[in-house]
Amino acid sequence: MAQINMAQALNRALRDAMTDDPNVVVFGEDVGPYGGVFTVTDGLTAQFGEDRCFDSPLAESGIVGTAVGMAMYGMRPVVEMQFDAFAYPAFEQITSHVAKMRNRTRGKVALPMVIRIPYGGGIGGVEHHGDSSEAYYTHTPGLTVVTPGTTADAYSLLRAAIESPDPVIFMEPKSRYWTRADLQLPARTDPMNRAVVRRTGQDVTLISYGSTVQTCMETADAAKEEGWDVEVIDLRSLAPLDEDTVCASVRKTGRAVVVHESSVFSGYGAEVVATVTEKCFHWLEAPVLRVGGFDVPYPPKDLEEHQLPHPDRILDTIARLQWEDQ
Amino acid sequence: MKSIEASPELMLPGRKPIQLVDENGSAVGDLPDERVLRSLHRGMVLGRRFNRQATALTKQGRLAVYPSSVGQEACEVGATLALEDNDWLFPTYRDTVAVVTRGVPAAETLTLLRGNWHSGYDPYEHRVAPLCTPLSTNGPHAVGLAHAARLRGDSLAVLVFMGDGATSEGDAHEAFNFAAVFNAPVVFFIQNNQWAISVPLAKQSKAPTLAHKAIGYGMPGHHVDGNDAAAVYTVVSEALARARAGHGPSIVEGLTYRVDPHTNSDDTNRYRDPSDAEPWRASDPIIRFNRLLGVDESAYAEEADRMMAELRAEMNKDAHVDPDELFEHVYAEPTPRLRTQRAALRAELAADRGEA
Ligand SMILES: Cc1ncc(C[n+]2csc(CCOP(=O)(O)OP(=O)(O)O)c2C)c(N)n1
Ligand SMILES: [Mg+2]
Repeated sequence: MAQINMAQALNRALRDAMTDDPNVVVFGEDVGPYGGVFTVTDGLTAQFGEDRCFDSPLAESGIVGTAVGMAMYGMRPVVEMQFDAFAYPAFEQITSHVAKMRNRTRGKVALPMVIRIPYGGGIGGVEHHGDSSEAYYTHTPGLTVVTPGTTADAYSLLRAAIESPDPVIFMEPKSRYWTRADLQLPARTDPMNRAVVRRTGQDVTLISYGSTVQTCMETADAAKEEGWDVEVIDLRSLAPLDEDTVCASVRKTGRAVVVHESSVFSGYGAEVVATVTEKCFHWLEAPVLRVGGFDVPYPPKDLEEHQLPHPDRILDTIARLQWEDQ
Repeated sequence: MKSIEASPELMLPGRKPIQLVDENGSAVGDLPDERVLRSLHRGMVLGRRFNRQATALTKQGRLAVYPSSVGQEACEVGATLALEDNDWLFPTYRDTVAVVTRGVPAAETLTLLRGNWHSGYDPYEHRVAPLCTPLSTNGPHAVGLAHAARLRGDSLAVLVFMGDGATSEGDAHEAFNFAAVFNAPVVFFIQNNQWAISVPLAKQSKAPTLAHKAIGYGMPGHHVDGNDAAAVYTVVSEALARARAGHGPSIVEGLTYRVDPHTNSDDTNRYRDPSDAEPWRASDPIIRFNRLLGVDESAYAEEADRMMAELRAEMNKDAHVDPDELFEHVYAEPTPRLRTQRAALRAELAADRGEA
């Protein structure tokens, strides 16, 4: 076992994928010799050469659009958007082409490509470096959207994303890049389209993904003192949503809270709440609540602690789930 | 071949559009061989008939919409016939004549505009990407495919069509720049028909010509008489050969005119004077070739009649659409949610038919 962090696990996933499949190519901004601003592509150019891992001109639409053409020719491009908010110039390529090519061509043209997007706050970034943009992508049919909440999943999900016959938006929770774990790689975890119960409990289900999975685990520890036995689900795949795993848990506990960093209005949590309400209504003891960011533009560093979900706020929300002794 | 990089001024277009056949049909430069001239002529005549037929089909309710390329056939046909079998074509919605010239069956070409699916042909069969509607977004795709081919060591070139208006879009810029930096084997064919729906070229760009943009990216730009099929064919052929040989991308601007409305549902009287089109009718690319070759459209009338009859027969059939197919190609495998939705739609349709 070795102690490795999420950035290293992602790096290893790229390295192994490039070794296994000569069609895998990596490109983007500063991903070449520099190794990416979060070091995820560190050493790839040295190991695989300029043709397999290269810096492109600085233009996100061009990066994604070029990847479309490369995938049409049978390659498996993995491109990096430097930060969440800097993926927006590529939005047209992603929504109008990446997501639609297979459908438009009746399955004739597949686009096996991965768009890696470091997302979310919690690193004290300045403006445009803290957005949680996942719902823009999950709202787009044709895209698969996944995000790892653990270091082991970072490796496994990225390998699976690169192997997928469909385009995958791979959202990397940047506040967890340096989270260490004891891991022996290569090792695969669960299939990409499955949610995972990270901790079992009887009283309430916390449903989360990405950076806030860890926050929910901490909340579950603290909840013991309040007498609540908390179950934590890590969704991993946001599109498609593993409804079966979510519903099995909620039917057992009867209570649920969805936790994410992004603004709650029209956020991803709204979809989870709607699904749970539709499918688990008769098992619910209380409305399904959400803990997420306020509906404000992502705040500056000195105020982001108020925006991000934290255990106290999640506990307060659990307390509002109409417990009998209240 | 002179090194263009060593003398950037060689990247600039000439003072006048390149012309090999003038308006009177006289040769004013080195022409391609007779066989090529005849196939250009034939392609343009068939293309014109296709344009007329497709517009007629919109009036009969058989096509939802048709963006005609009447008057632009020298660009559509000249650039496309310059392609070799291995090469790829990335067309826009305007370029159905180019796609048909490449060999895609007419009815399959028109699927998008008919509205029974978003694209009707297999891109790999003819090496033709789907007709692209979001302006200039096909540019980066062409560059990516060309770059992938170069990385694999495959010898081919990619021809991508764009309109004059599309050159204002960000993706045009990004595609030009990526192509030049990657030394990708791409030829950007800018079909300057001088209108973007109702907006004239003067409101798109202050560049002396659109071909002048090329030097800013470090690639050659050529300004061609877009109503001279011989010039279009020759210049695009040379640019494609240069790309295949590893010397990088080029921009070729074909100067032409959109004689018809933007589409059948557009009304040009709201923004341009009918007399504007007159000089362009006079410099019609087909008339020019009739004069050059001493034969007129009737040389291909029988073939055109037969093709149009086939197309009409095909389009007059009711298009077969299958609601199940909505769910089939979104992902490699339909997700559980899509399967549920497909079942719901099936049930709804069964109920409509009065089945239990
Ligand atoms: C990104 C984008 N914006 C707007 C449109 C709507 N639109 C369709 S065609 C057109 C004009 C395009 O003009 P040009 O590029 O010169 O091509 P032409 O139609 O003349 O062939 C516009 C504005 C579009 N298709 N895509
Ligand atoms: Mg135009």
